[in-house]
Amino acid sequence: MRIDLNGTGTETGAATLAELIAAMEVDAASVATAVDGQFVPLGLRDATRLQQGSRVEVLSPMQGG
Amino acid sequence: MFYGTELTNRLMLGTAQYPSPQILREAIAASGAEVITVSLRREGAGGGAFRDILKESGCRILPNTAGCHTAREAVTTARMARELFGTTWIKLEVIGHADTLQPDPFALVEAARILSGEGFEVFPYTTEDLIVGERLVEAGCRVLMPWGSPIGSGQGLRHRAALRSMRAHFPDIPLVVDAGLGAPSQATEAMEMGFDAVLLNTAVARALDPVAMARAFGQAVAAGRTAHVAGLMPARDMAVASTPHFGMAELA
Repeated sequence: MRIDLNGTGTETGAATLAELIAAMEVDAASVATAVDGQFVPLGLRDATRLQQGSRVEVLSPMQGG
Repeated sequence: MFYGTELTNRLMLGTAQYPSPQILREAIAASGAEVITVSLRREGAGGGAFRDILKESGCRILPNTAGCHTAREAVTTARMARELFGTTWIKLEVIGHADTLQPDPFALVEAARILSGEGFEVFPYTTEDLIVGERLVEAGCRVLMPWGSPIGSGQGLRHRAALRSMRAHFPDIPLVVDAGLGAPSQATEAMEMGFDAVLLNTAVARALDPVAMARAFGQAVAAGRTAHVAGLMPARDMAVASTPHFGMAELA
């Protein structure tokens, strides 16, 4: 399945958002996620199924003013 | 008092654009800031090191919604930030124009209302417009952050009279001059005018010596605050001798 991950077209075998985060090898609690412009809380990542073309954002704390 | 939090140091410092993580760390410490602003971005290099700096600083984190141009984007970003940083504080920015980085007051009020309703404690980046300020307060904001001048411009307080009016119009709402400050003297001026805090980033991060400049801004803010509390003398058109005339010798 092809999704859009942080603005880049990506092939993934992950069925859910939680599986995608696990496959990215990032600490699940150190990122915040959104799918198709909607915030997905940590506790709902398991239940959030990815679709072909899903737009997934995985964000981290960064410098800001 | 910012949503029930009393600050000893009234400088809020941004964390972007520093020459190195070490300089950022030292600048935060030198400024004495108790509140630092951060953003949410796609993970790049050095993300882990940045998280360590945030923890070590001991500062309260004020996440921003920088770069958002619609209420919807800003609301989503705020929700993500609340989970990630474990705080209900959010510096709400909804940008209206890419060149001026001027806030979009209509989208700002809309986003502020939604977020306040969800329990966020909103710090809205706004203009000095009094009616926009009133709408933000009606929407639930208990802090307002008028711009000094456009973000990153270093122009200081571009609309002094309007900022003075705003201070007088909102005597019970904490007001923070956010953005556009380029020199410590400008931060002092804002504090002398009675603003409750200032928020800045570029003036420190882009200084030749950011650590020393962070210290200078910390001192400037403290001086301005002390001066405001002490009560400034009113300006006069004419000279008034400070040395007493009584007892003056006749030497002519």
